[in-house]
Amino acid sequence: MAASPAYGEEKGGSSSLGEPEYGHDPASGGIFSSDYKRHDDLKEMLDSNKDSLKLEAMKRIVAMIARGKNASDLFPAVVKNVACKNIEVKKLVYVYLVRYAEEQQDLALLSISTFQRGLKDPNQLIRASALRVLSSIRVPIIVPIMMLAIKEAASDMSPYVRKTAAHAIPKLYSLDSDQKDQLIEVIEKLLADKTTLVAGSVVMAFEEVCPERIDLIHKNYRKLCNLLIDVEEWGQVVIINMLTRYARTQFLSPNQNESLLEESTEKAFYGSEEEDAKDAKAEAASLAKRKPYVMDPDHRLLLRNTKPLLQSRNAAVVMAVAQLYFHLAPKAEVGVIAKALVRLLRSHSEVQYVVLQNVATMSIKRRGMFEPYLKSFYIRSTDPTQIKILKLEVLTNLANETNISTILREFQTYIRSMDKDFVAATIQAIGRCATNIGKVRDTCLNGLVQLLSNRDELVVAESVVVIKKLLQMQPAQHSEIIKHMAKLTDNIQVPMARASILWLIGEYCEHVPKIAPDVLRKMAKSFTNEEDIVKLQVINLAAKLYLTNSKQSKLLTQYVLNLAKYDQNYDIRDRARFIRQLIVPTEKSGALNKYAKKLFLAQKPAPILESSFKDRDHFQLGSLSHLLNAKAVGYQELPDWPDEAPDPSVRNVEVPEWTKCTSREKRKEKVEKPFYSDSEGESGPTESADSEPESVSEESGSSSSSSSSSSGSEEEEEEEEEEEGSGEQSEDKEEEEKRPKRKEKEGSRKAAPGSPSEEEEEEEEGVKKAKKKAAQQGRKGHAETSSEEASASESSSSGSDSGSEAEAKRKKAPPSSRAGPKEISLLDLDDFTPPPPQPIPSSSIVSTSLVTDLEGLTLTDTSLAPAMLSPAFSTVRTYELLHRMAGEGLSVEYCFSRRPFPGDPHMVAVQIQISNNTDAEVKSLRVSEPKPLSGMRIQEFPEIECLAPGDTASVVMGIDFCDSTQAANFQLCTHTRHFYVSIQPPVGELMAPVFMSENEFKKEQGKLTGMSEITEKLTLPEKCRSDHAIVQQVTLAANVGRVPCGADNEYRFAAKTVTSGSLVLITLERREGAAAQLTVNSEKMVIGTMLVKDIVQSLAQ
Amino acid sequence: MIHSLFLINCSGDIFLEKHWKSVVSQSVCDYFFEAQEKAIDVENVPPVISTPHHYLISIYRDKIFFVSVIQTEVPPLFVIEFLHRVADTFQDYFGECSETAIKDNVVIVYELLEEMLDNGFPLATESNILKELIKPPTILRSVVNSITGSSNVGDTLPTGQLSNIPWRRAGVKYTNNEAYFDVIEEIDAIIDKSDTKIFNLIFNSVEESDNFCVSVASVKKFHLPLCCYLQNPRLLDDVSFHPCIRFKRWESERVLSFIPPDGNFRLISYRVSSQNLVAIPVYVKHMISFKENSSSGRFDVTIGPKQNMGKTVEGVVMTVHMPKAVLNMNLTATQGSYTFDPVTKVLTWDVGKITPQKLPNLKGIVNLQSGAPKPEENPSLNIQFKIQQLAISGLKVNRLDMYGEKYKPFKGVKYITKAGKFQVRT
Repeated sequence: MAASPAYGEEKGGSSSLGEPEYGHDPASGGIFSSDYKRHDDLKEMLDSNKDSLKLEAMKRIVAMIARGKNASDLFPAVVKNVACKNIEVKKLVYVYLVRYAEEQQDLALLSISTFQRGLKDPNQLIRASALRVLSSIRVPIIVPIMMLAIKEAASDMSPYVRKTAAHAIPKLYSLDSDQKDQLIEVIEKLLADKTTLVAGSVVMAFEEVCPERIDLIHKNYRKLCNLLIDVEEWGQVVIINMLTRYARTQFLSPNQNESLLEESTEKAFYGSEEEDAKDAKAEAASLAKRKPYVMDPDHRLLLRNTKPLLQSRNAAVVMAVAQLYFHLAPKAEVGVIAKALVRLLRSHSEVQYVVLQNVATMSIKRRGMFEPYLKSFYIRSTDPTQIKILKLEVLTNLANETNISTILREFQTYIRSMDKDFVAATIQAIGRCATNIGKVRDTCLNGLVQLLSNRDELVVAESVVVIKKLLQMQPAQHSEIIKHMAKLTDNIQVPMARASILWLIGEYCEHVPKIAPDVLRKMAKSFTNEEDIVKLQVINLAAKLYLTNSKQSKLLTQYVLNLAKYDQNYDIRDRARFIRQLIVPTEKSGALNKYAKKLFLAQKPAPILESSFKDRDHFQLGSLSHLLNAKAVGYQELPDWPDEAPDPSVRNVEVPEWTKCTSREKRKEKVEKPFYSDSEGESGPTESADSEPESVSEESGSSSSSSSSSSGSEEEEEEEEEEEGSGEQSEDKEEEEKRPKRKEKEGSRKAAPGSPSEEEEEEEEGVKKAKKKAAQQGRKGHAETSSEEASASESSSSGSDSGSEAEAKRKKAPPSSRAGPKEISLLDLDDFTPPPPQPIPSSSIVSTSLVTDLEGLTLTDTSLAPAMLSPAFSTVRTYELLHRMAGEGLSVEYCFSRRPFPGDPHMVAVQIQISNNTDAEVKSLRVSEPKPLSGMRIQEFPEIECLAPGDTASVVMGIDFCDSTQAANFQLCTHTRHFYVSIQPPVGELMAPVFMSENEFKKEQGKLTGMSEITEKLTLPEKCRSDHAIVQQVTLAANVGRVPCGADNEYRFAAKTVTSGSLVLITLERREGAAAQLTVNSEKMVIGTMLVKDIVQSLAQ
Repeated sequence: MIHSLFLINCSGDIFLEKHWKSVVSQSVCDYFFEAQEKAIDVENVPPVISTPHHYLISIYRDKIFFVSVIQTEVPPLFVIEFLHRVADTFQDYFGECSETAIKDNVVIVYELLEEMLDNGFPLATESNILKELIKPPTILRSVVNSITGSSNVGDTLPTGQLSNIPWRRAGVKYTNNEAYFDVIEEIDAIIDKSDTKIFNLIFNSVEESDNFCVSVASVKKFHLPLCCYLQNPRLLDDVSFHPCIRFKRWESERVLSFIPPDGNFRLISYRVSSQNLVAIPVYVKHMISFKENSSSGRFDVTIGPKQNMGKTVEGVVMTVHMPKAVLNMNLTATQGSYTFDPVTKVLTWDVGKITPQKLPNLKGIVNLQSGAPKPEENPSLNIQFKIQQLAISGLKVNRLDMYGEKYKPFKGVKYITKAGKFQVRT
């Protein structure tokens, strides 16, 4: 039906072409409506091989689409032409495709290959347009293709293609929100882009996909600020709005200390250099809270770089900057926006409308800002009413004692306007001025009373309502006005006004004792014809009169109440019943009766006339939500200023780590890569700074005998293991064998506790640490550890011992990838790598408890303070960072080595093992562009120059997780590829064991009760009831140290979180049978809760 | 951002729709029609309407409503500004932004809209880029097209999109460079009646005079950096620039330095603060009164020039919105002609040039509806005028330098002063 009227127009010139065929075409016979006929001729034109015909057909089809007519049945005919050479036909086909692909998904797929080809085109514009159309086709099946195309385009050479990729991101996200994580990665990458072309579009994508990921902005903040002026205007708007939100989370309020601040100090600051400000800031941070505010230089940067945009020709940009200044700038500086906003008032009326809304909100908070421009808000008779009312609002907000007379004079002009809505608004505005400025109250009141004799009823009514409000402030002086108003009841018909008058008379009936009963008499007569709102007021008036002047009004009141009793409106019936009970004394009437007078004639507070724009500024100005005064879909709240500024260093853009490496180190790396790089990674950042790494590396280098021998033995062992197969039984056996060896070694260690090579700080814990290391390494079998081991073995007195240890370790070790190729044929590597958890821990439990015992011996007399222990446990779970398949042959695993990260005690050491399973060298492996969440820090591992095929390298990186289990995201780069990876720490890895005595433990536990204590009951499974098993499982779940305990059935563990050093105390109490109770005390409740969960889970296994 | 766009004419027909995301049914416009009905006057339709699932942001331009459908939070000005940019583009392409022009060129309109927004986010809004993508229709081209079968779509791909200066095509070069500057100043003013009513309101007290001045530089055929020195830049209270102007230079030296876009464009807009009281070039003597209890009133208006440095005031037009009670007007004009539309109650007096020897005057009787109360308010007089060769603010282009070429390019500066929103209260 929709198409039929179009027929005549559409047919137009081409009818001669199609017509002759109709007769021969059976499908379009006379039975069918003209619709089919018409579409047939279009189809024919599309099928022809003349471009001009196709173009004509497409033009007609597009015209149909434009008019909202359905042209979907032409889909197959149109889609065929997607590869047409003629560029205009092609474009129109795109238009069609984007419009109907959603409805004809299967057929739309036919066109995909064309775009895929286009994506590979050498011309950037063709690549871009192919991506644009491809991403606009809303067909869920092609999501993977789109994802791939976007990823590829995001690293395209051409900034224009990258821009298109940024545009495609929200399209894909709206099609399939499951792709969010991957899209965030792309956004992250594009955010780092340095071209202005991309900036606006990617921020747009950021706002639509992941506005909550403010952490992605940190590193790009300064760049965005600096690029801003060159970004195209639409992008500017989006970026400025986003940066406003960002700044609110990252900086301190510039107005927090405004009372303390004096003009002079502020001025002094403006002149100061950025550096000074920065230094001052650092100092200030350490000062007490009432320090004078110093603006973060980044905050200043934003304000400075946005200011020129106030001169933009685009109203949206000006508004965006204005809201940024309003929300972020110090009070003294906000003024600059007024001029620009006033300029916008010359623009189109729609622009005026929006700007005035925002000015109205601003003028409440910052009246002074717009006062010089008062005259710009004067109203022209030709303004649309909605503009007039908004201007009036602004004028009212701007009114103060000095300018009120001019404003009132202006208002007088407005009152005579022909536009009655506007007049009513003016009267209300006068009322507001009168309440706000006491000086002019009488003048206003007189003016309004004069209006009561206005010929227009609406004006009078509005005046009455406003006068009522004004009178409430000082009723005693105005009985004349009340009398005057009482007379109006005869004439005025507007219900609201009548109600207002009645209320006034009732309220102040004592001031007009003679008139009031008469008014009631009149009203009683007309009661049945009144509006509901008036009726209610009549009842009120009657009640009040009854209470004050019952003699005259008793009967009238009865009459009114009787009428009301049978009213149609139940509110009125209700009210009448209620009032009758309250005021008319009967034998049944209760205690309330006595207080009736107090109830009705209580002093009522005068109403406050407020602007409807008050408090609207909690919405971000300039936003849709602000305009509607309601939260719009997708509105991002403007956060409050933080009390304390988050770390400003997150915005520092660091030069990538590897460039800092000295050339000397590099050279060395080249020479002896496998050993050096490992030992470097391990020992480079140790606490005993400079000498240590050198010595170790030299050691491992020079004493090639030991390392080579050990590596030789390593290989042997591995082969041995190969032969043994991957059978777990044999491993178990090995474990059992190993245990005594361990003890043995422990003994040897103890014998030589102060061995020279050990670091001073570690001295006290040396034994345990070494022990632990050994155990750990045993599990991991990293090449790195071998060198460590080599050096360790050197230091230890008995060489054979170390050898055996190494052997033991080797046995335990999961086959490293050096043996990879062979294994793959035997067994899937992946199945193999996760080491069997059971046997190993059991072996080390003895040792841990032993260690703790030893500690008890050595430490208690030296220091009572809880000392940080090195991790007490050897069990290490490995996690996969990058799968062999995803990494294209590169597989990466990581584990938490539970060693303190050298160089930064707040970081968790993460050991990363990289195996190259490809048959080519992987070069320059490094971490790049870490984008940690706020506060998180990542210490990258040094770049690995080259990794030979089949080789494995192991490195250590440090991550400060800030005591949260949020994942740390970063990119792992090779010379060819980038992989987005993330490391998510189990809660148990966020802490380091701490030693304390039983008494200390109890004392600390006593401090951490209440909210900080989390208790959970659990049932221990059969195999987990032995002491060993319990200790083992707990230490497996979390990096904690055991605390000696007198009671048999209790196990205690203590640890400190790595970043903040808060204590985490764990108590496990065994009850009868399998029951047990787990208590975790920690001021970090989140960590506590998660830890309980983890431990319970671990114990239940 | 922008989901869909509907173009609606005054009689409420949706004559064009375009969707950038999934299709939104036309029925969403019902909310708009509802608001339109409530508003009575077209100008009073609220620009932002909230419906249960969408938000409608609309503008009214040249008797067409541009109604855009929004689904999520977006700065309203962003959309409004964009819609005006769309209307400007239509104007630019078709010479007028009217329903017939759009209907006649529906394919071009569609192609334009397709290029201007991508997924609701503005992509190419600069006319330079658009004209490279889609050639504007001309009679000659349409004839050629129909013969040769070539198309309106540019077969070269736009290079402007790739540059950081989207307002300019890359590689433009002319052998002859010409630059013309039009300095157009508009005076916004509300002239209040003085309180001395007895003396028939001879003296107008200037209550507000906002001199808002606009400079449109039409720089034709120019590819070289230009430097424009103004004589007294301090006059300018507030300026807004075309993005081509180097802001730093302006800040430090008050010099307009720019590489101009091709064709006409607005270089800067500026505002001269009302502190620098600029003489209003015309005065109006008026006597409008309605007699109580009689169905007639008197109307007498005279317009005269003030000192204008010897320049004549021309193109004077006065429009007055008379009160509703006015039935008819019986006037005689000493100069020009007047019309009164009894439906809209608008009186228009086209005066033309003012000669100081014989001041134009419009005088006569106003017929009121009998029985209706006397109009409360006297109508305001809206006045338009034009003065050639004068920039009322005193602004002057002092010098125009250009770089990179030895010969002197042709350049010209023209000054015009116009009335902006010039209203006289009576």
